[in-house]
Amino acid sequence: MALRISSVLGSNLAAVASMLAAVSFFSSIAAAQSPTLDTVRKRGLLNCGVNTGLAGFSVPDDRGRWTGIDADFCRAVAAAVFRDGDKVRFVPLNAKERFTALQSGEVDILSRNTTWTMSRDTSLGLNFTGVIYYDGQAFMTRKALGLKSAKELDGASICVQSGTTNELNLADYFATRGATYRPVVFERLDEVRGAYVNGRCDAFTTDSSQLIAERTRLPDPDTHEMLPDLISKEPLGPAVRQGDAGWSNIVRWTLFAMINAEELGVTKDTVDQQLASSNPEIRRLLGGEGEFGKALGLDTDWVVSIVKAVGNYGECFERNLGSQSPLNIARGRNALWTNGGLIYAPPVR
Amino acid sequence: MSKPIAFRWRDRSAWIDAAYDPRMRGIALQALLLMAVAMLAVTIGLNTAANLKAQNVASGFDFLSRTAGFDVSQALVPYSSKSSYAQAFWVGLSNTLLVGALGIVLATVLGFTLGIARVSDNWLASRLALVYVEIVRNVPLLLQLLVWYVAVLRSLPAPSAAFQLPGGTVLDVRGLHVPRLAFEHGSAVAFTFALSIVGALLLWRDARGLRARGTARSPSVIRAAWAAVALAPLIALAVAASTTTVTVPTLGRFNYDGGVSIEPEFLALLVGLSIYTAAFIAEIVRAGLLGVPEGQREAAAALGLNRRQALRLVILPQALRIVIPPLTNQYLNLIKNSSLAVAIGYPDLVSVFAGTVLNQTGQAVEVIAITMAVYLAISLATALFMNWLNARTAWRER
Repeated sequence: MALRISSVLGSNLAAVASMLAAVSFFSSIAAAQSPTLDTVRKRGLLNCGVNTGLAGFSVPDDRGRWTGIDADFCRAVAAAVFRDGDKVRFVPLNAKERFTALQSGEVDILSRNTTWTMSRDTSLGLNFTGVIYYDGQAFMTRKALGLKSAKELDGASICVQSGTTNELNLADYFATRGATYRPVVFERLDEVRGAYVNGRCDAFTTDSSQLIAERTRLPDPDTHEMLPDLISKEPLGPAVRQGDAGWSNIVRWTLFAMINAEELGVTKDTVDQQLASSNPEIRRLLGGEGEFGKALGLDTDWVVSIVKAVGNYGECFERNLGSQSPLNIARGRNALWTNGGLIYAPPVR
Repeated sequence: MSKPIAFRWRDRSAWIDAAYDPRMRGIALQALLLMAVAMLAVTIGLNTAANLKAQNVASGFDFLSRTAGFDVSQALVPYSSKSSYAQAFWVGLSNTLLVGALGIVLATVLGFTLGIARVSDNWLASRLALVYVEIVRNVPLLLQLLVWYVAVLRSLPAPSAAFQLPGGTVLDVRGLHVPRLAFEHGSAVAFTFALSIVGALLLWRDARGLRARGTARSPSVIRAAWAAVALAPLIALAVAASTTTVTVPTLGRFNYDGGVSIEPEFLALLVGLSIYTAAFIAEIVRAGLLGVPEGQREAAAALGLNRRQALRLVILPQALRIVIPPLTNQYLNLIKNSSLAVAIGYPDLVSVFAGTVLNQTGQAVEVIAITMAVYLAISLATALFMNWLNARTAWRER
């Protein structure tokens, strides 16, 4: 029975902690309370759940350093907490393990190209904190098939990763059209790619950004093409455990800070000069005016640490997914709202 | 034997007697241990439920009736993406049972053949069996499955260049496509076949009974009876054949459609499991055959039985008694090893239920508990059957 009592005691402590957090919010200057932040600080490392290997999002490079926009987001949070973007322990997770790893406390953040859906947000005991990449599900086929659209895939064998939203969208897409297909399902993305390469299936379906990345890893990329159809919306974003609003705020505002930095033209190279800027918006963002970082339980110049570690959102995008990467994905929907995209962050004030 | 103890309230001496009685003390300790284990189980259960609730993670078994929303490549029971998670469970379970049952049959046939070859006087046969056993049982099963799946079945040609096998069967990288037979009076034909099998069994028992008593029926009666048993299904088949439609698989835009497709994932798993388990069964059979005393062989020869008759009538029945208990172990191993299906994408119980369903619902505790319970039930049922078989064939002291 001791176990039971301690869990009840634990939840009481959590309730007290959240009350304290509420009180400190109103007193505005006092630091916010977050059990996760305390644990992370004590540990000296941020445990960050990432993909086992997906170019552009999270993949180890030839020296074993994790690269990609999801991995950089982990560094941004570590920089906000520790002033050091390298205090991250990357925990590679497959699709099946990811939610359990977050629920059980094995990782502090899940930054693993995970689609934000209602059921995941409400019934898994976790909270999504924003959208880092607006994606959609697409199909890749061999050019030799001469397909013009996904609608022509009636009767085809289609390779897909199990336990993903892709698997569900695929079933919906064919069911609504009254068309048939033969699913070929594997647990890992590299198995799915292997099956497609061997001709086990006619088409390979997943989020379009992943398909672009996977295409570069095919033996002869030019003989394959992406079909123009996007059959779903896949907003990818980081998630945290439910019940720690303070930590949820830190992760949410880290992403907003990166987006605001891009919007205000604060870059990795110019952030030091920008500290002396007379623009009040920049001054508030970088901590020259007000103490916005304190309310999160962080330093006043937390955004300076973030931008110095990984750059602003646009820099992260171009380095990992865009023109400076082999994937060369256009900003498209992931451009700032001021440039006709969907990337938008509430103001710091 | 200790004297019976009369329990009477306030009768102190009876309680003290009981406390010093080893049997009573044993029962009391067992009861305490059982209570402690039960309490631990209840505590774990309540604690898990409380913590899941505290973390806002959905729990309970309501999810089983929700719509699954995903498709499965091979389903023996009716299933579509509109079916429930419970139906997805049955799909996974039936696929596990299918590969388990077929695997046991194939591994047994192959294992017995190899085991007999291993002790045969034919040098070539026994050496070949030895090489097979030593190679197959010393290479990890997962590796063998990957070899069958990736190296063998994945190197087959694309549908456009498929191997055309006799009888309209086609083999390509997408699997084995066999013609689909649709009987208009399928159930009637099946019924006639079943009747004739029962008839043949009755005739065989009758003949055996008569032979045991040293008599036999007249040849003309026997001929007439067998003719009736054999002709009935043939006539039924001939009548049905005129209404039977055979759909040969034909190459559509992407795949061979129209026939029945046997997925390469299933073939790889079945072949891999059977070949691996057969090596162990061969060794068990060899041990069983060598365990029959040499005198039995000599006695059979002295009775004028030839080698084949001696094996079939004297050696094998006695060897079986030695073979069945370890054979049970191999059958249980095969069923449990079938969960390696997840590595090559065969939709078995672990892949469909403890994989996809777990991930789509996020209810890890419930899904894993159900999966464990199912494997336990399958294994216990197999063990019970084999124990029954063992009791039936065991040596009866006379």
